[in-house]
Amino acid sequence: MSDLHTVNKSPFEKNSLESCLRLSRAGSAILLYEDAVYAALKGTAVENMIASVAGDRKVYVLGPDYKARGLDESRIIDGVEVVDYAGFVDLVDANDKVQAWV
Amino acid sequence: MKFSIQVNEGPYQHQASDSAYQFTKAALEKGHECFRVFFYHDGVLNGTRLTTPPQDDRNIVNNWTELAEKYDLDLVVCVAAAQRRGIVDDGEAERNGKDATNIAPRFRISGLGQLVEAAIQSDRLVVFGD
Amino acid sequence: MSETKNFMFLNRRAPYGTIYAWESLEVVLISAAFEQNVSLMFADDGVYELTKGQDTAGIGMKNFSPTYRTLGDYEVRHMYVDKASLEARGLTADDLVQVEWEDWETEESVDNIVEVVDSEKVAELLAESDVVFSF
Repeated sequence: MSDLHTVNKSPFEKNSLESCLRLSRAGSAILLYEDAVYAALKGTAVENMIASVAGDRKVYVLGPDYKARGLDESRIIDGVEVVDYAGFVDLVDANDKVQAWV
Repeated sequence: MKFSIQVNEGPYQHQASDSAYQFTKAALEKGHECFRVFFYHDGVLNGTRLTTPPQDDRNIVNNWTELAEKYDLDLVVCVAAAQRRGIVDDGEAERNGKDATNIAPRFRISGLGQLVEAAIQSDRLVVFGD
Repeated sequence: MSETKNFMFLNRRAPYGTIYAWESLEVVLISAAFEQNVSLMFADDGVYELTKGQDTAGIGMKNFSPTYRTLGDYEVRHMYVDKASLEARGLTADDLVQVEWEDWETEESVDNIVEVVDSEKVAELLAESDVVFSF
């Protein structure tokens, strides 16, 4: 039993990621896409949000969205995995359902 | 696996429709089935054929239409949301006395029950929004 | 369609500023016809949807808040409110509408199906649902 949680808003603009992290269970997968990809960067004021769940939740970032926003993959927080759209589909397939934190 | 997709935002203002399109395309290319794409809230604005983006921009409405043609997708625009926002097909024009229609090819207007049914019939509902 | 699923409507938006809350409610009403197990979750600004005493006369918009009180008649059995979201906004359960529920056949009844739950319970309820509708 595990769910995929999708977050698409910048953590600097909205609390979607914060709520997702607070209200998702251990073992969940979290995909950051659209403007939420900024949450995957090292050295930001919100870096500890991802770090705080690194032990029990797997965090993914959508590569095409990240790349579009002009930042190098070397700046992604360790342990966060980059996936493409096919990988997004696989995550939806592999988990029991999807919870969108729109 | 059988997916259904919900799109809650119109084209261009938000990335939601683009993301939903890319996801749906990737899922279909991987051999999954898409039971229905349901357009709700401002998402119904994806269903107007009158959209004319600049030539160097993508045409989101056409993208959906072409994907629907290739994979025989069911693109459903919510009737209540469509009435509020002026998305009209022949039936709606006749019922509501409108002098024009604007529904894009391969889109159809139907009730919210289509979303509920999609959620029941599909293995996964994936929501794209603001 | 004989299959029964556990539907969860996750409401995270305040009313009136955007249409999400109202149009979400319309899906909830429609889903009653499909005989599914329907629950609603109010978190973040979604808790504002349930405040008592909404009066929209001055903004020219329809006040749809009375509809929440009728949800018990639309097969909705549970309306959960995230405690942390409520407290963060300086509200308590007393600020929220009460929703009665009655089973017409068994005459079993509940005075108020609105229930304030902690984060752990919210996570559990979301995880246990078959489908989460996000608005």
